[in-house]
Amino acid sequence: MDLTFTEEEDAFRARLRRWLGEVMPALPAKPAADDWPGRRAYDAAWQRMLYDAGYAGLHWPEDAGGRGATPTQHLIFLEETERAGAPYVGANFVGLLHAGPTVAAEGSAEQRARWLPPILRGDEIWCQGFSEPDAGSDLAALRTTAVRDGDHYVVSGTKLWTSHAEVADWCELLVRTDPDAPRHRGISWLAMPMDAPGVTVRPLRTLAGSAEFAEMFLDEVRVPISHRVGAENDGWRVTMVTLSFERGTAFVGEVVACRRMLGALARTARDNGRWDDAVLRRRLGRLHAEFAALWRLTQWNVSEAAAARPPGGGGGGVPGTGGSVFKLRYSHARQELYDAAAEVLGAGALDADHEWVAGRLSSLSYTIAAGTSQIQRNIVAERILGLPKGR
Amino acid sequence: MDFQLTEDQRALRRAARELLAKRFGPDRLRAAVGDPAPDRALWRELGAAGFFALRLPEEAGGVGLGLPEAVLVLEETGRALLPGPVVACQLLAGVVDGVASGEKIVGLCEGGREPVLWEHPAACDELILVETGTECRDGVGGGARGRTAGVCRSAAERVSCAPFASVDPLTPLARVTGLPRAEALALDASRLRREAALLTAAQQLGSAARTVELAVAHARRREQFGAPVGSFQAVKHLCAQMLVRAEMARCAVYAASVTEGDLDVTGAKLLADEAAVRNARDCVQVHGGMGFTWEADVHLHLKRAWLRAECWGTAGEAEELLAAGLIT
Repeated sequence: MDLTFTEEEDAFRARLRRWLGEVMPALPAKPAADDWPGRRAYDAAWQRMLYDAGYAGLHWPEDAGGRGATPTQHLIFLEETERAGAPYVGANFVGLLHAGPTVAAEGSAEQRARWLPPILRGDEIWCQGFSEPDAGSDLAALRTTAVRDGDHYVVSGTKLWTSHAEVADWCELLVRTDPDAPRHRGISWLAMPMDAPGVTVRPLRTLAGSAEFAEMFLDEVRVPISHRVGAENDGWRVTMVTLSFERGTAFVGEVVACRRMLGALARTARDNGRWDDAVLRRRLGRLHAEFAALWRLTQWNVSEAAAARPPGGGGGGVPGTGGSVFKLRYSHARQELYDAAAEVLGAGALDADHEWVAGRLSSLSYTIAAGTSQIQRNIVAERILGLPKGR
Repeated sequence: MDFQLTEDQRALRRAARELLAKRFGPDRLRAAVGDPAPDRALWRELGAAGFFALRLPEEAGGVGLGLPEAVLVLEETGRALLPGPVVACQLLAGVVDGVASGEKIVGLCEGGREPVLWEHPAACDELILVETGTECRDGVGGGARGRTAGVCRSAAERVSCAPFASVDPLTPLARVTGLPRAEALALDASRLRREAALLTAAQQLGSAARTVELAVAHARRREQFGAPVGSFQAVKHLCAQMLVRAEMARCAVYAASVTEGDLDVTGAKLLADEAAVRNARDCVQVHGGMGFTWEADVHLHLKRAWLRAECWGTAGEAEELLAAGLIT
């Protein structure tokens, strides 16, 4: 058990810090939360800066255009960019963390050459068309159909919770290509251009008041068969590659941010007098231990991924099971953190414009998105503990 | 950074688990419920295997390993519910003659508490008292006058104590009422206290991980409504939460063994106490009516976890220290 960094890792961190110190002051102001074209431009420009400096696709394998960095270097990158207040992955999330890694792992040489470089440069934005009105936790129940017509699929159906759909160029889409096969075996993975005729996007307003997500209606959209990644009807397996990436590294920066926020909560409470309340104080102390341990769990998972890393680089994804343990605890801890923030604010927690209030609202999605806590517990119970499948 | 067990550490853990399984199996555990005095022969065998001399330098007859390795071994004793002052003997090997070899058994108490509780009083040859508050000489648990930090030792028979009915059948307790003619030991009291907290947390971790296994084994075996109860989500989710608690505590305890930071140890103890106590309670629940019997081992984990949670820093104290750590 070694928590110290190698000389190489220290040098990587120092170089990154130096670069962040140079570029951060020149960054333009953040666009407003509801300015979607502005947000896309901002996120894309940041991705381009990363690309030019050699930090784009850090954890992607080198043969996919990535830097082949070790999982530890990727951890350092996420930690340092968060500390520097650098932009979050934002609109590039699906491209960098879901669709890109899937194309890198399962795509043909032509597909990799077509889709990966624009993701790394920030030229093209991807969104995710997985969930449907009747296929949420039970994703394999999806009903969007794709019927062959010559060298195209004709796609019809409804997708839900599609983030960044308004500004995306491509959608990674799960469709049913064989309605008669057992449900996991009739699904295919397609890359759909968002400007294709028949695609209608309607923003979906969340309880936080913002339109982070969209509904997507597909009415006989023609997608070339050459846009299918992996074999026809093998999309479920192809998708599972993607989901393990999502659970692996998505929250590293957030844990750093939560630990910083906890310090701010304590200082605010001291200044407004609520620190004298022992119940609140103990609650914050408890969260201190919680987030410190979540950081250690992250380091544990990253080290495990590094040990299991395939030759030739990559391996930024943490195996899904360790990710499930982390996600279960983190999503709950994040909600506790924002509830504690509300207690620190008192009536100030009713001010919708307060950053912590917005954070409190959005924290509610954490136990739902990317596998609800209930689904995660099933995964932990069945795949790690070996309990029998059932209801 | 490589925050995983090394090959050597895995081998050490395996060896400790095998030794304890061989010498302190289920029958011995049940026998210990009736007679919890540490088995002197087993104690010497543990001594010969290097359990207590783990951190002593090789030139002093020790194994020359560090705190992380001590944590792994203590985790196994917690898992096996081994009775006896293992933490005390681990920390005082090399300080009190005969402890490293397992010839002598010593107890370790935290002064400045009310009551000051002494584990296995009848089995100990000596009692070591760690004072971070009240002075040693004039008795313990007393007034606030003359507060000093220090460590002192006394032969067991000189310690005055009153009976105390221990909730844990595997850990007899006495209430220390006086420690006359104690001899000061040149040890760093705060370090001793910190290491005692960490090693106790390691035992809690071992117990927390063990109750996950017990619950899962029962849930797979026990059938109701024509199916193993572990196939029902209500039971499955209890088990999943137990594993999450144990794994969080594991990361916190292992990391604290590497950093030896005060707040890291405090946080690790807090999470390990919670994991041990809540996992044992959930384990009782998963066992259903069987879990409420004296025969099932589950209550032994719960009672020991309660006891350890009161030693070397309670949840309330830990939370206050961690809160203060946010401000400074």
